[in-house]
Order: sequence, then C-alpha cells, then structure tokens
Amino acid sequence: MRTIRAVAWKEIQVYFGTPIAYIVGLIFLVLTGIFFAIGVVPSENNPFPEASLSNFFQWSTTILILLAPALTMRLLAEEQKLGTIELLLTSPVRDWEIILGKYAASLTFLLAMLLLTLYYPLLLFIFADPDPGPIYSGYLGLVLYGAAALAIGMLTTTITSNQIVAGFVAMGIIAALSFVHFSSELLGGFSALLISEIGLQSHFEDFGRGVIDTKHIVYFLSVTAVFLFLAIRALEFRRWR
Amino acid sequence: MEDRKPDNLMIQASELTHYYGPRPAIQDVNFGVKRGEILGFLGPNGAGKTTTMRIITGFMPPTQGKVTLADYDVVEQSLAVRQRIGYLPETVPLHTEMPVTSYLKYMGTLRGMPSRQIKRRISDVIDLCRLGDYHKTIIGKLSKGFRQRVGIAQAILHEPEVLVLDEPTIGIDPIQVVETRRLIQDLGKEQTVVLSSHILPEVNMICERVLIIHEGMIVAEDTPENLAQRLQGVDQLQVEVGGPVREVTAALRQIKGVTEVTHRSQQGRNVFTVQVQRGQDLRDEISRVVVSNDWRLLSMQLVSMSLEDIFLRLTTHEEL
Repeated sequence: MRTIRAVAWKEIQVYFGTPIAYIVGLIFLVLTGIFFAIGVVPSENNPFPEASLSNFFQWSTTILILLAPALTMRLLAEEQKLGTIELLLTSPVRDWEIILGKYAASLTFLLAMLLLTLYYPLLLFIFADPDPGPIYSGYLGLVLYGAAALAIGMLTTTITSNQIVAGFVAMGIIAALSFVHFSSELLGGFSALLISEIGLQSHFEDFGRGVIDTKHIVYFLSVTAVFLFLAIRALEFRRWR
Repeated sequence: MEDRKPDNLMIQASELTHYYGPRPAIQDVNFGVKRGEILGFLGPNGAGKTTTMRIITGFMPPTQGKVTLADYDVVEQSLAVRQRIGYLPETVPLHTEMPVTSYLKYMGTLRGMPSRQIKRRISDVIDLCRLGDYHKTIIGKLSKGFRQRVGIAQAILHEPEVLVLDEPTIGIDPIQVVETRRLIQDLGKEQTVVLSSHILPEVNMICERVLIIHEGMIVAEDTPENLAQRLQGVDQLQVEVGGPVREVTAALRQIKGVTEVTHRSQQGRNVFTVQVQRGQDLRDEISRVVVSNDWRLLSMQLVSMSLEDIFLRLTTHEEL
C-alpha cells in the first residue's frame, strides 16, 4: 500500500509540477463551461432551457476521449524512454503496485478536475431549482466513465515507449468504444445487442437521466478492471522481452 | 569439485546465456562473488557487461542459466533479490523533473524504508556523495557529474547488501572520477560491489578481483596484480584435463616454469588455468605430464595471446 502511495504521490507531484496537467485542466473547464452554458442559457434554438447538467455530462464524455489519454500517456511511456523503468523494475516493487499507483494518480487528477466543475451545479442550485437526482447520478457516471478511459490509457502507455503513440492509440480505443453503439443501428438481432452492450456511451446515457443501474456500474468497473489487468500483464511481459 | 564453499558466495551465476534476437550477448558466463568482495567486469564496449548486470539485478531474465543472490534465485525470488541490491544503470536514468531530495525520498519509499530512516539516510548520502549544495535542485538542471552522484546516492540509500554499478565513472570529469572511485572503495569495505568498466587502471585500482569479458564470454579471471603481471610477461594456458582435480593441480605445479595453477569447473569439465613465465612454451611438457599420469588431455589453449587482443581494445591509459 505504501509503495502504491509513493508511486501515486510522485506522479501527482509531476502532474502539478508540469504544464500538461494545467493545460488539460484548462481545456476541460473551458469546453465543459461552454457546453454547460449552451445547455442552460436561453437561446433562439432553445428558448426555455431546463436547469440541468445533461448537456455538460453528454459533452464531458466526448471531451474525455481526448483528455484522458493526455493524462495517462506519459505515465509509463516516459519511464521506458528515459530508462528510469530500469530503476523502477529493479526496486522491490510489484508490477501491479506500479500500475495501480500510476493509475491512482491519474484518477486523482481527474477527480480534482471534476471537483472544479462543481460550480456548474452550484450555480443551478443558486439561480434555479434543478432536479438533484440526475446531477448526482450524472457525476457518478462521469467518474466511472473517466475511470474506464484512464484504465485504457494505462494499457497503451505500458506497451510503448512513445508517448504520442500511447496517447493516440488510447484515444482510438476510447473513441471506438464510445461510438460503437451507433453502428448497432445498422445491424439487427444479437450482434446489434452485443455491440450496443460493449459501448461506453450506451452505458453512460442512463446516468445522465438520473437512473443508477447496477448493470452499468458493473460494466464500467469491469472495463476498468480488464484494462488495468492487461496493463499489469503487459508490464510483466516487458520484463521478458 | 568446487573449491569455494557456495554459502560464502553472495552472487553465484552459472551458465548464463542471453540472446537479443539470434545473436548471443553473453554465452555460458559463470562467476561467483564473495560476500564483501569488490568484483570488476572489465571489457570493451559491447562485451556483455550491461547485459550481465541487468540479469543480476533482475531487470531481465537470462535466456538460459541461473543466478542466485544471497541464495535467492534472481528470477524465481525476484522481490527478495531486489530488496538486497542497489543499482546504478549505465545511463544513470533519473526523474529529471524532480528535486534531488524528493527523488531520493521516492526511491527510499520504493525500497520499503521507514520514513524516519529515509530522512536520516538522505542526509547521510547527500554528505557522502557531496550533494549538499544541490539537494533542492531539480535533477534535470544538474551537470552529468552531479547526476552520477545522485545515481550513486539512490543506489546506496537503503544500505543494500549488494551494489551493482554499471560504468560508474563514465562521462564525468577527472576530479570526480577520483572521488567516485574512492567512494566505491569505501563502500566496498562493508558491501559486496559488482562494477563494470572498460578502463583497465580503474578496475586495477578499485577491484579485488577482475573478470575479463569479451564478446559475451569470460576469458580471464584474476586479481588485478596478476593481470598486471600478465601484461608484463606471464603467459597463460587453459588446459582441460580429465582426471582428479587435486592430483592434476599438484602435478602441473611441479612443471618447471609454471608459476600458478588454478582450477575451475565449467559445465562439469575441469579447466585448469596455468600461469607460465612469458616466452616459455610448456605445451609439450604439460601434455607429457598429463598423459604419463594416465589422465586425458581434452584441450589446451594459449590464452594470453587472445587476451592481448582484448587489452588492445581496452582503455589502458587515462589522460588525467
């Protein structure tokens, strides 16, 4: 546990000591701020907007497709590039402790970022009377979605020493899993069901509506666990290369 | 067969072979390191030193063969081995964005040191490695020499039983080289040290025993004094004999012109290393002694000839 914390704490220090984290945070807040405002400020297309965060939640998942890999791509790729992995892997640290520590750091940063968005619901509660249910469930869904996206990023950063490759491959996987449910409309029967069940986005929608379904929670936790497991195996395999 | 007791050995490597692709980087490497010994790997660049060190430290497993460190198998009981080593890789990879003390604290925690001990040891190693004025500096802003010191500091932080130093003085300025060597010698008084170098005088200065590695194979094993002697005028023969070890050694010693006979077993074969005063060709005499005792002479090779070639490729002079 102490080692996981040490690995995580080191990465958190690096996050806050380098510009990339601030850039990611800034982009996230600016974009989500725009989409939040579009959702709640009356306009020609939407003269009577609802006091809800549904627009913010919907767009946040799309923005995370780009930003979650930006948070994880450095974590192990850089160690491999700089050779610091040699000292990491020759320290008495287990492979899963390394992966979980680094993952915990990226999750902490994501949570901090989401914490800063809490002023959107705060504004709603001050100036309107929103339904709190979808707000709670939406945040839960967003955290779960983000956790899964970061786990995908952990796998790609473990298998390459190139940060750019790690980032883009993760983006590709997250985007594919997010949008795959669109293709289910083209198919029928079992394959359609299968494809829509695989997709990240199709499991997120209920959270935005205020529904907390165990099925979706299990889905996101499973995706997270599977990709973290693969990352640990990839790191183990790295020793044998 | 083996004249050293295995329980005295801190590190024992047997028949290590490692392939990168089809080409072996090291082949059939056997050696032992005694507790508290300073052992040097000497060899030109690309000889297989780094590969050997990476195997000892558990960074990668050998394709074949086995290494034990403090009787723990490097592959099977990797964690126990990693708890006992301090390692300075050749390129001194450090987290360049961290200040020196934070980095050392991080490495200490990874090694499972209690935080109070970390604090105490950090101030110790900062003194030892003379990093006092720079302990708050970001590592990326330090010169190569100072980074090397940080690298050594992290390797000795947790007072490991074994220190593995890969080319510890490469790329640093002459004054720092002298300091670093002195530091290693001091550390070697209490710890087992394995270091590699391509500089002959350096190894002679620091190490108690030297293995010369060339093209992935150990071609000679000796004390620095004997090595120097060999350069000055002693030839060496490697003789493989099928016969009782003690008797063969005694018989070979009695041959006129032989100065020293040592024995080691390689994959169950008895290989005798015979030191001969330079200029004397004792091959006739040796074969006669072996055959007349009814032992089998399996091979005989004049080693010093090939050693000379290797020495030519080593850095034998330092420009200080």
